[in-house]
Amino acid sequence: MKLITAIIKPYKLDEVREALSEVGVTGLTITDVKGFGRQKGHTELYRGSEYVVDFLPKTKIEIAVSDENSEAVIEAISKVSNTGKIGDGKVFVSNLEQVMRIRTGELNEDAL
Amino acid sequence: MFKKLLLITIGLFSISASAEGLDTGDTAWMLTSTALVLFMTLPGLALFYAGLVRSKNAVSVLMQCFAIACIASIVWVVYGYSLAFRGDGAFVGDLSAAFLSGIGRDTLSGTIPETVFVMFQMTFAIITPALVVGAFAERMKFSAMCLFTFLWLTMVYLPACHMVWGGGLLAQWGVIDFAGGLVVHLTCGVGALVAALVLGKRKGFPGSAMPPHNRSLVVMGAAMLWVGWFGFNAGSAVAASTDAGMAMLVTHISAAVGAFTWMALEWIKQGKPTVVGIATGMVAGLATITPAAGTVGPEGALLIGLMAGIVCYYATQAIKGVFNIDDSLDVFPVHGVGGMLGIIMLSFVGTQGGFLGSGASGIADGGPLVQLVIQLKGIGVIFLWTAVATWVILKLVGLVTDLRVSEESENEGLDVTEHEERSYDLS
Repeated sequence: MKLITAIIKPYKLDEVREALSEVGVTGLTITDVKGFGRQKGHTELYRGSEYVVDFLPKTKIEIAVSDENSEAVIEAISKVSNTGKIGDGKVFVSNLEQVMRIRTGELNEDAL
Repeated sequence: MFKKLLLITIGLFSISASAEGLDTGDTAWMLTSTALVLFMTLPGLALFYAGLVRSKNAVSVLMQCFAIACIASIVWVVYGYSLAFRGDGAFVGDLSAAFLSGIGRDTLSGTIPETVFVMFQMTFAIITPALVVGAFAERMKFSAMCLFTFLWLTMVYLPACHMVWGGGLLAQWGVIDFAGGLVVHLTCGVGALVAALVLGKRKGFPGSAMPPHNRSLVVMGAAMLWVGWFGFNAGSAVAASTDAGMAMLVTHISAAVGAFTWMALEWIKQGKPTVVGIATGMVAGLATITPAAGTVGPEGALLIGLMAGIVCYYATQAIKGVFNIDDSLDVFPVHGVGGMLGIIMLSFVGTQGGFLGSGASGIADGGPLVQLVIQLKGIGVIFLWTAVATWVILKLVGLVTDLRVSEESENEGLDVTEHEERSYDLS
């Protein structure tokens, strides 16, 4: 099993969610996060003086998937989130040791 | 029969005697104006300032404005009104109307009940110290702020009010300050400047950004100030008169032009028109027209609004950028500078029947230059008095308690450390 963590532009969330449903993803968790990468920050104005906003808002998506689904999920996220411009985000993939569904106590693949 | 007639006659006489001089139209307008001016502080100014600070300090600013409204009201009733408007001292009045003694429901002040005049002027005593909050926002201890407000009203506002509006020294000189360019805006501006200097900068100023946390609140509060200002300026005619009508018109014009000018300057210089900018320009336009609202006409208001936008914009850049003073929400450059600008400009644009004037009387017989000298003397007295008294007050308060919260509290935010409340519990 894999844990896929994707950082995307917030406005892409709905499209990503639709694309993931199409490849069979039945659940995911999102968090509003801030960060910076090559895009760096941007400037904002306050009464005539400029200040730099270092951390930009992004959305973090976490999805637990079976090994065979992981490629399709990564492709779905990256295809939809890609605008070709700096700041599109990243996808991290890591091995997932164990999953449990709290209600039933089911484990691993059964719990996905 | 005769006895009955006599009684009726006496009855009628006493009714007409008590109603003599009362004008219901004037009274209705002054009741309305009073409500409008209180609305400027609560919630107008409180929201304006709350939106401009960081989210961890929003409650503290709302709280300070609210508490000031209460403290000022009490001071006003106990001795404030009396010291400002009774007696004929040059600098301060007397205590003959302490606790509003002698002021009953039938007492008149001009054509309106004195109760209404007391209330109307009370709302000015409320907003002036509340404006100073912008200078020490995000770092002053609440207890020190309460003590400061009490002393500042007593030692700065009441003398200034008496000197200009209560028949004191500046009134005798012939200083024109229709609705408070000196009494309200210069006192709060200079008080703010001295408070910012004595308290020192916020931690992180000017290196780290301290942007407004909620620009919607800023716009909401600013819009309330705009509307409330009609009571402030047109109410200062103390009558439902032609002066009130002209004051409202020129007030509105100056607000619109000040706002547009600031926005345009920002657009040209920084590349983007901002909502905080347009709102700040509006306040500058309003503060600047305040002393002049009784004498200038519409064309004069266009000019005053334009100058307010330009001068206050650059003053704001200068105070923080050049002088490195953390007057956090720019009280001095907007209110202090705007107030002085209006006081000076009205000498030229308010001549009776002359260039840009409204036709109201007031300018000295000797003409604009004679009036200008009088106006400048007025600025000098109020500026110096306020600066010295504010400094002394802060030193006095500093003997009793710390002026600033601890560094830890400042990092954490005053909302939690001073009030154990948060403005936003979003979960």
